[in-house]
Amino acid sequence: MRIPPSLELFLRAIVGRAYPRVVGANRELSWLIPESVLPILGLAAYVYVYRAMKAPPEFVGYVVLGGAMTAYWLNILWSMASQFYWEKETANLQLFIMAPVSPMAILLGMGIGGLFSSTIRAGAVILLGSLLFGVTYQVTSLGLVLLIFFLSMVALYGMGMLLASLFLLSGREAWNLSNALQEPVYLFSGFYFPVKSLGFWAAAAASIIPLTLGLDAMRQLMFPGDPTMGFLSPWMECGILLLLCPVFLYLSRMALKKMEHAARIRGTLSLRWQ
Amino acid sequence: MNKAIQTIDLVREFKVKAGKNRETRLLHALDGVNLEVYSGELFGLLGPNGAGKTTLIKILVTLLYPTSGQAFVDGLDVTKDVLPIRQRINMVSGGEYSGYGILTVKETLWMFSQFYGVPYIEAFKRIEELLEVVGLKSEANMRVSRLSTGMRQKMNFCRGFVTDPKILFLDEPTLGLDVEAARDIRAYIKTWMKEHPDRTILLTTHYMAEADELCDRVAIIDHGKILACDTPQALKKKISGGALLEVSLAGLYELNWLKGNSGIKGLTFSSSIEKNRTTLKLVLESEEVVPGVIKELNQRELSILGIQSVEPTLEDVFLTLVGRGLSDENSTLP
Repeated sequence: MRIPPSLELFLRAIVGRAYPRVVGANRELSWLIPESVLPILGLAAYVYVYRAMKAPPEFVGYVVLGGAMTAYWLNILWSMASQFYWEKETANLQLFIMAPVSPMAILLGMGIGGLFSSTIRAGAVILLGSLLFGVTYQVTSLGLVLLIFFLSMVALYGMGMLLASLFLLSGREAWNLSNALQEPVYLFSGFYFPVKSLGFWAAAAASIIPLTLGLDAMRQLMFPGDPTMGFLSPWMECGILLLLCPVFLYLSRMALKKMEHAARIRGTLSLRWQ
Repeated sequence: MNKAIQTIDLVREFKVKAGKNRETRLLHALDGVNLEVYSGELFGLLGPNGAGKTTLIKILVTLLYPTSGQAFVDGLDVTKDVLPIRQRINMVSGGEYSGYGILTVKETLWMFSQFYGVPYIEAFKRIEELLEVVGLKSEANMRVSRLSTGMRQKMNFCRGFVTDPKILFLDEPTLGLDVEAARDIRAYIKTWMKEHPDRTILLTTHYMAEADELCDRVAIIDHGKILACDTPQALKKKISGGALLEVSLAGLYELNWLKGNSGIKGLTFSSSIEKNRTTLKLVLESEEVVPGVIKELNQRELSILGIQSVEPTLEDVFLTLVGRGLSDENSTLP
């Protein structure tokens, strides 16, 4: 069966844009120290605080899992949301936009490539963290864990595509906004503690960030020590994530269309001298 | 003849903030541009920096909306038929740093070819051919971050051709290249046009000799307006009614004061510190003005080493139309 030419072009563009991120993860190994060892140092502080407080042992697992998931959030902020700012600086953006393919394919390629490289980083953090702090996993349903992880990533990268589209008109402020979003999300998504501790309404509001629900559900399924620590049931969180996926993808498509139109009016798809 | 590109009263304005109070004012980048480029033509757009060349190209490649007027590429409206236009075109800008440093030259060209749906085998075949032509074959597997500026420019040039566009926009393609590399690129442009007579190239440049060598027709643009449009030969013929004079003077001088004299349509001058000499080029209304100019120079006690009448070049056409050379953009008409 022959693939329709428009779909073939779309898929080729995804592969093309994902490629630099995939090879970058293997070709430039300078990320290994700052992005696997340094996060371990950061999460070690929380591990020792929990141990000093004689918190249940699963809290160490919460921290390691949360520390690993920061790789995805950082990737969303710095390699998705503010990516078009860098692409504009190097004149790539105008070449992406004037190519005869939907910019969504470019964004999807960016997302898939970023997901690949972030998974390597997150895997390294989980491996090192688990070995160093003796984390034991009691996975109750591997299938559901994988489904929730998959849905979290689709929704999260959908959100990243939406942010990238919204920042299409931005200059350096995209960089500042990413900076401003980094630490607060660590807090409100409960990267280092169960999000339920924030209270129902704060946790519910933080659930707009897909990692909040994904992380909470995965913790419940991988560390089933105290069932009262979960915010919502894993199945309910799975259902909400399932809803968030098409919402973010649809919003990013609409935003991209509108922002490209606005950028063509304002002339912000390239720097003036380019 | 089919029109590959057509613009009708094209206007583009930008809001810019300027001055101490950062007041917003309108900048007229294009001011009623009417242009027709035919299929199979290698068309040159000449003008100084800020003349509107890049703005015009950005509108034609669908990166920018016009403020008013219309523009068509291959008969398609740039504001409405975006996708079909994008399927037919490509663009190379001089001095751009596109691509990713972590990829090799070959990988970069392949990546961009994928955005146009070029099949793998075809893409790599074209890449091999293009790298051979521009002399980058030995750097095919070198990372882009390790390329020199000239090599990177050559790679970008290949990027424009790898998608085999029907209409290609080359915005200052030889900017920053050494003489040999620029010559290779010009040679390839000529060969490509010869082998693909149905294709069209719109070339912007401020190298007059480049336009003279390559272009079937040229348009001269300044301050967003097209001042003239014809073949290089016809444009040069148009100014042959006057007189072109090159005067060599001993010593280094600033000669803008001559611009006020009647009969002088435009002038440029350049000084050589090594030779302690100033060369003055004058576009005069007629040869009858020559004695007056010599008298003026003598009155200022300037030592004239030589005077000769010269054949017009595109640079002289520009000088006549604009009143200043491309290198002295701040000069104004007398």
